[in-house]
Amino acid sequence: MNGFDLSAILTNPDYISMLLHGIQMTFIIYIGSWTLAMTLAILLLALRVSPLRIGEPIVAAYVSYHRNVPTLVQLMLWYFGIFTLMPQGLSDWLANNNAEAIFAVVGLGLCQAAYFSEDLRSGLRSVSPGQMEAAQALGHGYASAMRFVIMPQGVRNALPPLINHSVSLFKNSSLAIVIGAPELTHAIKEIENISFRTFEIYMIGTVTYLFFSLIIMGIGAYIAMRADPARRARA
Amino acid sequence: MIQDFITIIQDYWLLLLIGQYPNGPLGGLANTLILSALAIAFAFPVSILMALARLSKWWFLRWPMTALVYVTRGVPLLMLILWCYFVIPLWTGADVPSFLIMLVTLVIYQGAFLSEVVRAGIVSLGQGQMDAARALGHGYMSAMRFVILPQALYNMIPSMISTFVSTIKDTTLGYVINVPDLTFAASQVNNQLLTQPFQVFLILAVVYYILCWSLTFVANSVERRIARRRAGPRNARLPAEAAPLKTITEQL
Repeated sequence: MNGFDLSAILTNPDYISMLLHGIQMTFIIYIGSWTLAMTLAILLLALRVSPLRIGEPIVAAYVSYHRNVPTLVQLMLWYFGIFTLMPQGLSDWLANNNAEAIFAVVGLGLCQAAYFSEDLRSGLRSVSPGQMEAAQALGHGYASAMRFVIMPQGVRNALPPLINHSVSLFKNSSLAIVIGAPELTHAIKEIENISFRTFEIYMIGTVTYLFFSLIIMGIGAYIAMRADPARRARA
Repeated sequence: MIQDFITIIQDYWLLLLIGQYPNGPLGGLANTLILSALAIAFAFPVSILMALARLSKWWFLRWPMTALVYVTRGVPLLMLILWCYFVIPLWTGADVPSFLIMLVTLVIYQGAFLSEVVRAGIVSLGQGQMDAARALGHGYMSAMRFVILPQALYNMIPSMISTFVSTIKDTTLGYVINVPDLTFAASQVNNQLLTQPFQVFLILAVVYYILCWSLTFVANSVERRIARRRAGPRNARLPAEAAPLKTITEQL
């Protein structure tokens, strides 16, 4: 084994293309599961605040399951368990269409939806009830008060935990390696197996993850800054 | 379907509980619990030292710790596990069991997260406590030891319990380096049965759910009690809803 040599990996076009494919798959999984999670979280929140009696316990059970079972076990249950119970036609179609990535998106997205919906809910709860009363006294209906008074404040309160959880979703996308999705960690392991330059490729992988995590944190900080009313009042 | 679950539990409960213990390494649920308990027991003092280093006035303590905390926050735990799996045998030159590697990884990872909780606890006490302790003749270390930390750590108890929960969930990642824990035992069962993966992994999920749910329940009731005690006797009858939810959890 030679000394530390990053260029042995960075100048090899095969390794670079494997890395880029890994990053691409990581982002497909990340963006797919983030979108799924946010959509589902808003639906769960709507179900929870709706006057339907049945909504509350269903959402509570959903959140409780997804927060108390390790994400890895949820992914395994999806890929090794539920996959085999699906009807033949559907499972054949999935097997031909990159089932690993699809199940990673579904598993991570459903799990993250629980966290996102809790973040949004605690953000909304921190808006004082007087705001709603004041808005209605000013002539807003329920929907319009929600839209113009409650939601802007609630979402702003929910931003810090939402950003934190968006970063951890990005990190959790590495769990997809367990069900065999060809994402970044998978690419790193593969390059390690071929090149035997473990130290170098782990270094590259760590820096890549750190780079994108910091970018997501930065985007979050920017959005939080833009949403800050003190700054808006000055502008 | 129900019959399948009962049969699997009847046939394999011992494997899921203690692994192949008398004939092999301890595994299963027992190992998961031991691993997370040891990890949290070591991570706790480590996190206090890390928090003190981050609040230190010396840059050579503050900067590396800040960097370490940012790296652990920005890099997946899986990557950290792979690093330790590669580096620890290289440095020690010995065949280190995966259990120890996982333990070291978890101590670093949870130590970094807990250190943020400790730091927030110390900072939230305010400068006045420190000034008062110094005015009474305490040195820095003695003020930390007798005045600051007892208050900060008491407020942290709920966060500690929820960190324990996330540690239990983190131990599942040991599956990647073959730590013989509950997840590993379940996949062994699955490999023996081959035909009932859904049943096996659902049992696994249910066991984790019961474990983590009950610990979260304990954390919440302790948190409520602490909030009530801090509110003082006058506000003792505050509704539970009014207690601020300070518990910081790292999900996994």
